[in-house]
Amino acid sequence: MSIGAVPLSPAPATVGGADCAPALRERGQREVFCGLTGIVWLHRKMQDAFFLVVGSRTCAHLLQSAAGVMIFAEPRFATAIIEERDLAGMADCHEELDRVVTRLLERRPEIRTLFLVGSCPSEVIKLDLAKAAERLGAHYAPQVKILNYSGSGIETTFTEGEDACLAALVPEMPALPAGSPAELLVVGTLPDVVEDQFLRLFGELGITRVGVLPARNAADLPAVGPDTRFLLAQPFLTETAMALEGRGARQLDALLPFGAEGTTDWLRAAAEAFGIDEMHFNRVIAPGRERAKRAIAHSRERLEGKRITFLPDSQLEVPLARFLATELGMVPVEVGTPYLNRRILGRELELLPETARISEGQHVERQLDRVRADRPDLTVCGLGLANPLEAEGLSTKWAIELVFSPIHGFDQAGDLAELFARPLRRRDVLRV
Amino acid sequence: MQLSVWTYEGPPHVGAMRVATAMEGMHYVLHAPQGDTYADLLFTMIERRGKRPPVTYTTFQARDLGKDTAQLFQDAARDAIERFQPQAVMVGASCTAELIQDDPAGLCEAMDLPCPVIPLELPSYQRKENWGAAETFYQVVRHLADPSITPRGGQRKLANILGPTALGFRHRDDVIEVRRILDALGVEVNCVAPLGASPADIARLGAADFNVVLYPETGMEAARWLERTFRQPTVRTVPIGVGATREFVREVAALAGVDPSPALDGDGSRLPWWSRSVDSTYLTGKRVFIFGDATHAIAAARIARDELGFEVCGLGCYNREFARELREAAAEHGVEPLITDDHLAVEDAIAAASPELVLGTQMERHIAKRLRLPCAVISSPVHVQDFPARHSPQMGFEGANVIFDSWVHPLVMGLEEHLLTMFREDFEFSDHAGASHLHAGAPKEQTVTGQDEPAIGSLWTDEAERELKKIPFFVRGKARRNTEAFAAENDRAPIDITTLYDAKAHYAR
Repeated sequence: MSIGAVPLSPAPATVGGADCAPALRERGQREVFCGLTGIVWLHRKMQDAFFLVVGSRTCAHLLQSAAGVMIFAEPRFATAIIEERDLAGMADCHEELDRVVTRLLERRPEIRTLFLVGSCPSEVIKLDLAKAAERLGAHYAPQVKILNYSGSGIETTFTEGEDACLAALVPEMPALPAGSPAELLVVGTLPDVVEDQFLRLFGELGITRVGVLPARNAADLPAVGPDTRFLLAQPFLTETAMALEGRGARQLDALLPFGAEGTTDWLRAAAEAFGIDEMHFNRVIAPGRERAKRAIAHSRERLEGKRITFLPDSQLEVPLARFLATELGMVPVEVGTPYLNRRILGRELELLPETARISEGQHVERQLDRVRADRPDLTVCGLGLANPLEAEGLSTKWAIELVFSPIHGFDQAGDLAELFARPLRRRDVLRV
Repeated sequence: MQLSVWTYEGPPHVGAMRVATAMEGMHYVLHAPQGDTYADLLFTMIERRGKRPPVTYTTFQARDLGKDTAQLFQDAARDAIERFQPQAVMVGASCTAELIQDDPAGLCEAMDLPCPVIPLELPSYQRKENWGAAETFYQVVRHLADPSITPRGGQRKLANILGPTALGFRHRDDVIEVRRILDALGVEVNCVAPLGASPADIARLGAADFNVVLYPETGMEAARWLERTFRQPTVRTVPIGVGATREFVREVAALAGVDPSPALDGDGSRLPWWSRSVDSTYLTGKRVFIFGDATHAIAAARIARDELGFEVCGLGCYNREFARELREAAAEHGVEPLITDDHLAVEDAIAAASPELVLGTQMERHIAKRLRLPCAVISSPVHVQDFPARHSPQMGFEGANVIFDSWVHPLVMGLEEHLLTMFREDFEFSDHAGASHLHAGAPKEQTVTGQDEPAIGSLWTDEAERELKKIPFFVRGKARRNTEAFAAENDRAPIDITTLYDAKAHYAR
């Protein structure tokens, strides 16, 4: 990926941050989710979309385990489980898929967009889901749009499933011809309440032409063109950002909107790009910024000086470590990420203390050895590791909650800090 | 292809994990793509284990496929054995690795590993979790049981308890109850397996005089082999329910050549008296629909009819391997057997049978909730709340006590039902209000009014009111009260969005 595609940011204020630190690159067993998991929150956001995984019983079992009780509320996702006879011959497989899709769309006539989601088994047997989507799409047009992406474990890690899904939506976005009034595009799934807060702030700033990807209805995609400027609301959108740039849109370089500072920086990037007066900008964001700082202050006492390690999970690790280090005084010991996109996270890395160990990829056993040697006050990790580490006397914060909870923006900054403070407070209150 | 939202069973390698995790000193090297480690959290979260399952995954990715995934497997196996020093290692492939055909068994043979290797062939596209557990346990026993060890033939008889695994529904406490019965009979336990057994323990299985199979789904395959190889008879009665437990005691006593009365007299079973007490009269003829794994479903049907006086109006199981047993039981109860792993078919059958109580898995609990029917859980798959902290067996006489309480609890108690009929027109007892214990099913507008709706002449702006609605209903009342208190304190009216979030920041802690 080329660095030159991004407007260069101003020189880093803190020279010698962790931005140039060599990341520890590791290969080995990875204790992470696959991209299929993204379906669990994507289907809540896109209310007219259905996600059909073409995979094995394992894929269905994973979704069921990850979705918890949501599985029972007529969810808009399912698995077409490949069986022995499907493996016998490829032609048969496509006929079977057509049959399943037909049955599904008859049962759920309200569906407007159907995603055929590739899995490890479907990728390994080279089942051509792109072709299937094209064939079925032609048949069901214009009522139902049929798209395809891969959420397989061999290609995607956890949140990269959302990246693959949004990247599949980009070619479907209407074109905004050159010379149109500039538009802002916010990219990445946010809880509705957070999205509304941001849209309100942009409105108050005077940026009125704002689209979001994904939209609440997958059928109402925002337009994109050379006059589109986009802000990433999530760090894991590498492919989506490239696809948007491929359609002429330009990425605004900003911190991720976590905490008072991150959110301010993120909003400022848009304000600058849209020529908003600085005084006006400060006036509009001041109340939210102050509120965020007040809300964070409650947790600061408990978190300041505490040492924290992130195991790789979602790519949110670097910006969250930055927030905890700069706004709450925590000390990042190791910041592990499944994939480090230096282009998106460059400015985040600059703000991390030099002592933070950045690691990319995973060899879970060696990484756990480091956690045991470091003995951080708090370890952010997946649910497969959390209880075992607690049993070893290490306090943990399970990482998946950070993907499902509203944590972006000013008015969630206090909640975000609280997510990290709570396990430490709990450790202190228990007397058994 | 089969369209599926909910699956009653995981893939077969999850069954193998249940065996490996149950054991001590065993390790499982699983050839699997990145992401399959999700299964770890079933054990660490649902069963709340404080240790990671003893499973090493190769977690191959797309870029490895062009290269040597076989090498990746060998490296992972070597590292795992060096790090964990297991007494024995199981090797196998998950569904994706099955497709790339690396043959873990052959690869390990070539490696000359320092401990016994148990290769597993688990056809992921044909079989499921229970089959995987049974096959794995069978392979473990076949590979590790020492053929030179024979029954000691002493006065006190020795028995193996076979079948309990990790992630088994109440397996932990069932073992305690069955041990108690064997103790009372003077029968010693040679080995409980796979739960808590090491490969060294498995080697000594042959020392027992007979085997007790608690869960045919996971233990029968191995028991049959032990029957053939070591001539150990098998106790096949599953002691769930008072009647079945009594039969179990007599069967064990007969095999051990001892008097069954120490385990039968003063057995601690309260179910018979509870069931005879007048408050239980209203249970008579209640229509009950039963679905689960075959063993638990069949046992439940017998308890329902013979020990609680219910009428069984539906009986089914999701595990096809035990369809024959289930069909026999259904015939005995005079109902159509329902053998399916499609939860929509189960939902249809329940709706058609219109039962007054549903006994099933976690899935039936949700179906029953949707249909507003009382329900109790009798079988896997289950969520975290069915791995309780308290002792709650299903087996033995204490198990029967637990079953009485947990099945009757969701039903309206006799006195309560009587009052409901008497005061049918009273607002608190009306049908509209729903039964108190089915709180989730009660109509919302009754309970939510007052704390959720704005008072007349509201202090709130419409916009703030709409924003408040975005907060989940179960904390919305608190948010409203806090915000109003904050607004009053700070003299801020009307309450707009800024006040709402200022209050949120004020109360954040």
